[in-house]
Amino acid sequence: MITSVLVANRGEIARRVFRTCRELGIRTVAVYSDADTDMPFVAEADVAVRLPGNSPAETYLRGDLIIAAAKRTGADAIHPGYGFLSENAGFARDVEAAGLTWIGPSPDAIDSMGSKIRAKEIMASAGVPVLDVDLDGVTPGELPLLVKASAGGGGRGMRIVQRLEDLDTELAKARSEAESAFGDGTVFVEPYLPKARHVEVQILADTHGQVWAVGDRDCSIQRRHQKVVEEAPAPNLSEKARTTLHIAAREAAKAVGYRGAGTVEFLVDGDRVFFLEMNTRLQVEHPVTEEVHGIDLVAWQLVIAEGKPLFGEVPEAEGHAIEVRIYAEDPANDYAPQTGVVRRFDVPAEPGVRVDSAIESGSEIGVHYDAMIAKIIVHAPDRETAIRKLDDVLRRTVATGLITNLTALRQILAADEVREAQLWTSMLEDNESTWFAKSDEAAIERAAIAGALAEATVAAQSSRVLNRISTAWRNVPSQPRVREYEGGFRVEYRNERGRLVSDAVTVVQAAPDAVVLEHDGVTEQYEVAVGDGYVDVTGPNGTYSFTPVPMFVDPADVVVEGSLLAPMPASVIDVAVTDGQQVRKGDTIAILEAMKMQHTLSAPRDGIVSGLRIVVGNQVESGAVIAIIEEGTEV
Amino acid sequence: MSAAKTTVDTTSAAFSQNRESMLEGIEALSEQLDKALAGGGEKYVDRHHSRGKLTARERIELLLDPDTPFLELGALAGWGTDFNVGGSIITGIGVVEGVECMIIANDPTVKGGSSNPVTVKKGFRAAEIAAKNGLPSINLVESGGADLPTQKDIFIPGGASFKHITQASEDRRPTVALVFGNSTAGGAYIPGMSDYVVMVDGGAKVFLGGPPLVKMATGEESDDESLGGASMHAKTSGLADYLAVDERDAIRLGRQIIRRLNWRKKGPAPKPDFAEPVFDEEELLGIMPNDLKIPFDPREVIARIVDGSEFDEFKPLYGSSLVTGFAEIHGYPMGILANAQGILFSQEAQKAAQFIQLANQSDTPLLFLHNTTGYMVGAEYEQGGIIKHGAQMINAVSNSKVPHISIVMGASYGAGHYGMSGRAYDPRFMFSWVGAKSAVMGPAQLAGVMEIVARQSAESKGQPFDAEGFQGIKDYVEQQIEEQSLAFFTSGMGYDDGVIDPRDTRTILGICLSAIHTAPVEGARGYGVFRL
Repeated sequence: MITSVLVANRGEIARRVFRTCRELGIRTVAVYSDADTDMPFVAEADVAVRLPGNSPAETYLRGDLIIAAAKRTGADAIHPGYGFLSENAGFARDVEAAGLTWIGPSPDAIDSMGSKIRAKEIMASAGVPVLDVDLDGVTPGELPLLVKASAGGGGRGMRIVQRLEDLDTELAKARSEAESAFGDGTVFVEPYLPKARHVEVQILADTHGQVWAVGDRDCSIQRRHQKVVEEAPAPNLSEKARTTLHIAAREAAKAVGYRGAGTVEFLVDGDRVFFLEMNTRLQVEHPVTEEVHGIDLVAWQLVIAEGKPLFGEVPEAEGHAIEVRIYAEDPANDYAPQTGVVRRFDVPAEPGVRVDSAIESGSEIGVHYDAMIAKIIVHAPDRETAIRKLDDVLRRTVATGLITNLTALRQILAADEVREAQLWTSMLEDNESTWFAKSDEAAIERAAIAGALAEATVAAQSSRVLNRISTAWRNVPSQPRVREYEGGFRVEYRNERGRLVSDAVTVVQAAPDAVVLEHDGVTEQYEVAVGDGYVDVTGPNGTYSFTPVPMFVDPADVVVEGSLLAPMPASVIDVAVTDGQQVRKGDTIAILEAMKMQHTLSAPRDGIVSGLRIVVGNQVESGAVIAIIEEGTEV
Repeated sequence: MSAAKTTVDTTSAAFSQNRESMLEGIEALSEQLDKALAGGGEKYVDRHHSRGKLTARERIELLLDPDTPFLELGALAGWGTDFNVGGSIITGIGVVEGVECMIIANDPTVKGGSSNPVTVKKGFRAAEIAAKNGLPSINLVESGGADLPTQKDIFIPGGASFKHITQASEDRRPTVALVFGNSTAGGAYIPGMSDYVVMVDGGAKVFLGGPPLVKMATGEESDDESLGGASMHAKTSGLADYLAVDERDAIRLGRQIIRRLNWRKKGPAPKPDFAEPVFDEEELLGIMPNDLKIPFDPREVIARIVDGSEFDEFKPLYGSSLVTGFAEIHGYPMGILANAQGILFSQEAQKAAQFIQLANQSDTPLLFLHNTTGYMVGAEYEQGGIIKHGAQMINAVSNSKVPHISIVMGASYGAGHYGMSGRAYDPRFMFSWVGAKSAVMGPAQLAGVMEIVARQSAESKGQPFDAEGFQGIKDYVEQQIEEQSLAFFTSGMGYDDGVIDPRDTRTILGICLSAIHTAPVEGARGYGVFRL
């Protein structure tokens, strides 16, 4: 009997596992890196053990330290969550060798499935259809191809090859990324099926030979091969395909003598079904299955780990559930990961809404780990209602302090293809330029007005003197007051008889934290948070953060034209130029790595490199000048 | 504590007539202020902008702490004269880095910002307000120097402006000059005398003599930059302490300088929490009768400008034509004297004198709300000692050491103007409501007096008095006096600090009181309070 579980993971999944443990009366142990010291999952565990350092290699990948922590805290089982050591057979063996219970499949099963190449062989021999490409004889007819890291997951190390001549370079890049991310440079190649959907089946298998296929999920909406929106059951799926999937998934699990919770992933192209891979762990998107089937997968994992059999009937699906992943990333800027403090994080807590969150208001997102900050899951009687509800929840969700994909998620949910369940894995990539372009400029401008008026009120009331005189009062008014925000927002207002007025809207009320505007006879309430360098405005159309344009700039701080800036805190992994070198617009200057993603800095214009300030291995801050590309040509 | 109450009937015909009339006056004020705001006119403003320069008001707006108030002073200076309304200079009190400063900005769109007699007078008043209230000053300089055709009126007295700058410094009131453009000849002494000098690179030009004058004087060939460029002054002469890359940068540096002044106000702080008046200041529009001959109860005004509408009346049963009492405005204690029935009798004069002494005893600033036709005349009153009693009041006002603020609500005639701390009695600030009139007496009375005198003069010479013929003179005089007693005119003469919308009274008092308390507030000493 398990009495105390150590979760060898962080963030939302650690909290998720703790929740079930708490319900079952099992004590909880967290391990945490230095950067995670103040994260909620650490505080929520009964006890926590520090893993010194920050990088995964120093912390969450240190199986020895984690097992020692379990021993020291008296934990009798280890739950690996997802990612990190969750699919590391060596670690699973060490856990078992240490006399602890491993909450996961047998190390052998992990081994067989961990190598995606071997997994395919096993599946093919078990009669499960697979995709395969022989690297030695690739023909143009097989293009495009997808290069994948054998040990990878979550889209890392994946590359699409459109032209045969790019294959070698892309293979090399994929290998190096895989090597850096997973310590294993093995990659494999399969046909890239751009119109196929990603459908997966949830498996539960006990140690008594029972295998359940607990429904399916569609995870076709992906960016950079990373899932963004997931739903259960997979909509718009023929009964034939569904039956094939469920049978194949059970066969796959049986083929490796699987135990525990696992997921078998498929590509579905019409009625054609291809085995992609089997994930021998709990998936990020497991909550949609839990909501639809009314089960607790973590609780079942514990039951299975205790050697008990699955009991009762395979739970039926009821209604529809959709999950979105909130990432700290900028969809408008190539999904660049964002770091910083989340000033406020609030999701409406309502029936049918589940929030699995890594953070809370005030949490800091660093450079070391994944950019996912939370998952929001909505369960409703049908898909249409679920989408409507989720969109509304996202509209009322506040996540400020850094850029997130919240707006992008709403734009995705609004797309006809999504609403009609016409799903394919590159649908986001194919459509994002149009989906993300739709925004209600007028609504954003009204939010900016609300922000400016609140900011003005705060400024007036926080003055050391005359702070009870009405905002921006003038006895001889000569010009409107102006506040400007990044992104080209300019708000003009003035004091008229002790009240703030604007030409664009009727100002009903302007207080430091609340503004009421009237527009075309419609009254809109805005909640505003004003702070140093930001104005967060929550209104009827969602939450917008505005960054005030500074009134003055010290000439000493002005960045020289042609400067290349680090877009985020990152480490320098390659410098492609030297001072004095002639470059053309678009040439690679340097490659940075942050949050395990590589970012290429390219020359913003033709010119000559000067003032190169980095060498490989440097850590650079966001906004740091990397080099200056001076205009002109070499003499 | 007197309970707030009002008898104003906002639904009455009189109220709405008064209100209409006052709104017309406010509209007229707005039109006159537009003349000041126009500066040198669209053409010159456009030309100035096209040179990449900011106007004086744009510079001020940038300089101020965002969304804090700005009280412009003397906006109508020069009204009714041949000079531009505003006098090519903008003055006012604003908050910079949390410090209330006197801000003085040349308007370079008006004849290159050159100084005429109005400019000099307004500048002197600004310097005086800064001195009395202990305010640091910031000069936004861009002036072509003296307006040469009027040099006879300004050259000799105008020199005092440089003296004022250094005297301010001696008084530990820092002076900052931000030089945006020309500041030549005498104007060179503005940065020359200032504590801190910022010059805009490529804009500031500061020299005693320009290239033509140098050529004439010594034969030397020179150019603007070598004689007085910002860069030269920053690197070579040392006249500039800071070199700004552009106008905005100069303002940034100006703010930086103020931030490091380690400034502390020396007067007592206001109560942190105070209540707004119970009654709406909007109603002030209808309280003031549109005919100055109709008296009104100033308590209705007081109830709309003091904190919580709470007014503790002093001697309410004595000398009822003058209301006296204590209240607070924006958290500052305030003694208030307000004319009730227009005429000041002996009782009122003595009550005022006693009250002013009491305010001095407790270091309480005084507010004078004018609506007076002057001291009572007639045999009974002369025999009753009205001169002595009026003199007591004027004595008390003259020697009072607590700060005074005067607001002319309606009439301010005759010696009543003096007794109520008129301009010559050095109130720290003085404003007129639109529609106010200040003169030796009412225009009709004055014309009537002239007619009587003329008739007597004719009769004494045995000549017939041509009453019909005199009517033209009488009408002309009455009209002239009427015009010259109007608030726009007296403000144009520099006899107050501005004409205001009555509804702004409380806000303006709040700003003035805060500025006043930059300096210590201490009443007169010498004798105990005379019970008069």
